[in-house]
Amino acid sequence: MVPGTTFVRVCKAVLVATGVSIIGLATASAQTATPPAVAPVKLGIVTFLTGAAAGPFGIPGRNAAEIMIEMINAGKVPEPYATPGLGGAPIETKVLDENGSTANQVTEFRNLVQRDGMHAIVGYISSGNCLAVAPVAEELKALTVLFDCGTPRIFEEKSLKYVFRATPHATMDSVAAARYVVKKYPELTSYSGVNQNYAWGQDSWRDFVAAMKALTPKAKVEKELFPKLFAGEFGAEISALLTAKSPIVHSSFWNGDLESFIVQSGARGLSKESTMVYTAGESAMFRMGSKIPDGSIIGARGQHGVLAPESALNTWFRKVYEDRFGTPPLYPSYHMAQSLLGLKAAWDKAAIKAGKRPTTDEVIAAFENLEFEGPSAKIRMAIGNGHQGISDIAYGTFKYNKAEARPEIVDIVRFPAECVNPPANMTSTAWLEAGMPGAKCN
Amino acid sequence: MSVRHTLLGALVFAGLAACVPLLPLWLISLITIAMSSGLVVSGLIILWRAGLVPFGQALFFATGAYTVALAGLWLKISDAVVLVILAIVAAALVAAFAGLLLARYREIFFAMLSLALSMILYGLLVKSEALGSTDGINVAQATFFGMKPRGAAYTIAVFWLSLVLVFLAWLSVTAYLGSVAGQMAGAIRDNEIRVEYLGISVTRLIHLKLTIAAALAGAGGALAALSISHVDPQMAYWTTSGGFVFVTILAGAVSVPAAFIGALIFEVIRSIAVAVLPGGWQMILGTVLLVTILFVPNGLGSLIMRKRIAGQGGSK
Amino acid sequence: MITAIAIVTDGLVYAAWLFVVAIGLSLIFGVMKILNVAHGAFYAFGAYISATAIGLYFDRGWPAAGGYVAIGASAIATGLIMGYVLERVFLRRVYGKDEVVVVLVTYALFLILEDVLILIWGAEGKAAYQPYSEAGSIDIGGLAVSLYDIGLVIFAALLAIAAIFAIKKTTFGRLLTAVIYDRETASAFGVDVSRVYTLTFLLGAVLGALGGAITAPKISVSPGLGVEVIVLAFAVVAIGGMGSIEGALLGALIVGLFRACAVHLAPNLELFAIYAVMALVLVFRPHGLFSPALARKI
Repeated sequence: MVPGTTFVRVCKAVLVATGVSIIGLATASAQTATPPAVAPVKLGIVTFLTGAAAGPFGIPGRNAAEIMIEMINAGKVPEPYATPGLGGAPIETKVLDENGSTANQVTEFRNLVQRDGMHAIVGYISSGNCLAVAPVAEELKALTVLFDCGTPRIFEEKSLKYVFRATPHATMDSVAAARYVVKKYPELTSYSGVNQNYAWGQDSWRDFVAAMKALTPKAKVEKELFPKLFAGEFGAEISALLTAKSPIVHSSFWNGDLESFIVQSGARGLSKESTMVYTAGESAMFRMGSKIPDGSIIGARGQHGVLAPESALNTWFRKVYEDRFGTPPLYPSYHMAQSLLGLKAAWDKAAIKAGKRPTTDEVIAAFENLEFEGPSAKIRMAIGNGHQGISDIAYGTFKYNKAEARPEIVDIVRFPAECVNPPANMTSTAWLEAGMPGAKCN
Repeated sequence: MSVRHTLLGALVFAGLAACVPLLPLWLISLITIAMSSGLVVSGLIILWRAGLVPFGQALFFATGAYTVALAGLWLKISDAVVLVILAIVAAALVAAFAGLLLARYREIFFAMLSLALSMILYGLLVKSEALGSTDGINVAQATFFGMKPRGAAYTIAVFWLSLVLVFLAWLSVTAYLGSVAGQMAGAIRDNEIRVEYLGISVTRLIHLKLTIAAALAGAGGALAALSISHVDPQMAYWTTSGGFVFVTILAGAVSVPAAFIGALIFEVIRSIAVAVLPGGWQMILGTVLLVTILFVPNGLGSLIMRKRIAGQGGSK
Repeated sequence: MITAIAIVTDGLVYAAWLFVVAIGLSLIFGVMKILNVAHGAFYAFGAYISATAIGLYFDRGWPAAGGYVAIGASAIATGLIMGYVLERVFLRRVYGKDEVVVVLVTYALFLILEDVLILIWGAEGKAAYQPYSEAGSIDIGGLAVSLYDIGLVIFAALLAIAAIFAIKKTTFGRLLTAVIYDRETASAFGVDVSRVYTLTFLLGAVLGALGGAITAPKISVSPGLGVEVIVLAFAVVAIGGMGSIEGALLGALIVGLFRACAVHLAPNLELFAIYAVMALVLVFRPHGLFSPALARKI
């Protein structure tokens, strides 16, 4: 072994690798060569472009980002967002794939901020990635808007300055589902759940059970099933549910697993025994159509898509999105749109106050406790020290309109934000365990 | 390895450590992450020389990472050096235990059994809601001999820690590979029964190799946890193990430094691929791997040390 | 009682699926000593092509029965084309190299093909539910069971019988057995090992694609579905013994029934079921349940 010369070579290799990477990145960022009049705001967008979450969440999120940023730059978004860009500065984007390990995500986050000089990052669907990048965002003092992840832990475990999430956290989905079920089935005696065996599925089920315990203590949990994530085959789970005969079955399934479950349970007539509650059902509604049994309870992680109330902004958003991509926007598209609009509202407000391009700290000050209109609901950055948004939510019942051959949602019930979200001074778990004190439902 | 070489190596590492002001921060953390997998790969080289390729080395990597996270969370230990030592010990202990079983297996069965063990750890971690299930948990930022560097200083401190670990790993793995036990690897790979006839217990030798490799993987996991400040069950998943084997092939088993250079090249290629082709970076990685195997069968390490290949015979 | 019926039917259905998925992998390993990670890609392509074929077929409004032919035909075509290209262009070059190097070649191919899938079909899931829904269900002791699933069990049983018969009774099968036990000796006795390799790989690829194709009507065919399958198939093959058809069958049955028991009786254990079984079996039978005797080469 000749380590001396070896290490000279190590150094050479490091230098060569560094050089290669810099050349590679130079070519990667060369596309944006023409200098605009105002220095652009560089925005990093991180969402799933490959892997199982790309189809239902990642791509609809990216599509929304694409159309919204184009429209914001052109100043074509309806009031109150009709000014071009962020405080007049055009947005320049770099889109990255969220697929890959947490280590990759943290490395790429650093690269976006320190190497590519992004001014803000909007992204992240996986709660694990959100939890992992949040401390890094703090360390790098990088303004970050998490757009789709659901875990309430982000702002409950520590107080964050540079991280925001306009999208309400997942506790709301489970609480509203429980409230809807109790409203519709006041005499319910038992219920079951089938959720994917990972953090999202476990948390959804735990919150749903806690809310049910508070609302209807006499109802008992019959079966708790946790199939593997992306198992695809649910024969045994469906048999277990068929034998349990619970009137209500809760499920936070999404994407492929949701669709596979609908098909497999449909063929075996599970709907004759049980009414399904799909908390993320909206994402599959149009693709599955008549495969979803009438009467199933459908949620959309907020009041998005078909659950959204009429508004000029919503009508406009649906139209530009459908014109470009040929499909209606799904709830992740709404999550992306409202995150970008929140950022724009804060940035514009800060720019007016500062009278020039605002600093990150000024944008943060403007973003905290901000209230702004999203396409589907008013978002209030009311909890998590003014960094976590809350909004109203709606649940409805699925009905297939045979005459017009299209799916519909009937019996829509809206719950005000304060009815389904913990107050600012309580964590979700503590609030649920205490029986949801202070909930204002009118 | 002579004293002269060790000193020379130490000098080079000191030089690298002093390079810090010249390097951008993102590159420093990229190199740190690369070194964490380099540590795992240096252990895989020990096993690969004996013809063993575990598809479950993530078991020890995740053990190291979670040890750091939990020692911080439960025992309130914050000193980086203590945390790394704990992680190494924990991973080695797991290996000493798992090795009772694993050391009896060869070839693909060794690979599959180690995969099964790592997937059982993955399942346990996913099931433990207190540890955040698949979301994982944050790791508190460590202290260094009572000092509390934060922000950029923390990134640099972890980078220096990684250099020290890599230096120690290089010394000890090279020393081990040069020892009688280490030199036995080729013989075990070629014909185990003949080794047994020499009066040497192959099972015990492999058990030892496993434990050393696991200790290195534990150090890698600890470094990753300190650098990323987050651990999650994905660290124990089989695709993580697959990534380590990938880098081992890329680097080749020829020399220990190749493990670290290979890991760095891998990380750089991945980062470029992600930036250039966000929707198809796996394709780029796959192509690089394929081209390496087809055209540089002894790994990238063999390009750097071409002279020495002829005498050594890195593969059969 | 109804739980017992459920465990048996669910276990059999899952075992049937596992067997079809694992048999191709087992065959390729037994004959060629290649742990074929690209098997996951065969599976995924089989599923996508079959979903596309079913879509095209049912859009025409043709009778449902023909849809099942479409599934089979598309899988066979996919397997033959992909198997041929992969074997000829890539694997040929690495025969005789370290086993792990060959594994890594198939791993690289798998990575590439995963992204090719997205390039061809996009990230959105593909639906092809008609054959599954059209089949309907029957009542077994008070439990509704899908007829498509029962069809799968029968198909897997026939496949097992055919495979065992082909290995034991046909000339090609005997050649295969010779190569499985000792490639060099077989070669010395005049077996054209190279041709046997090509045929085996094609057969394995077709079986992998078939596994995906028959699953397509039950699931939403979406990116990443090959990843999960690889490890499951590996586990079944490791339990049964590499290269043994009977082993793959028994491995699939054990895992299928064990998993069904877990879901019905102890849902928390389901995640561990397959790996726990694999670890347990390997502890007592280090080379799987059915493993050919190994000659000591001194």
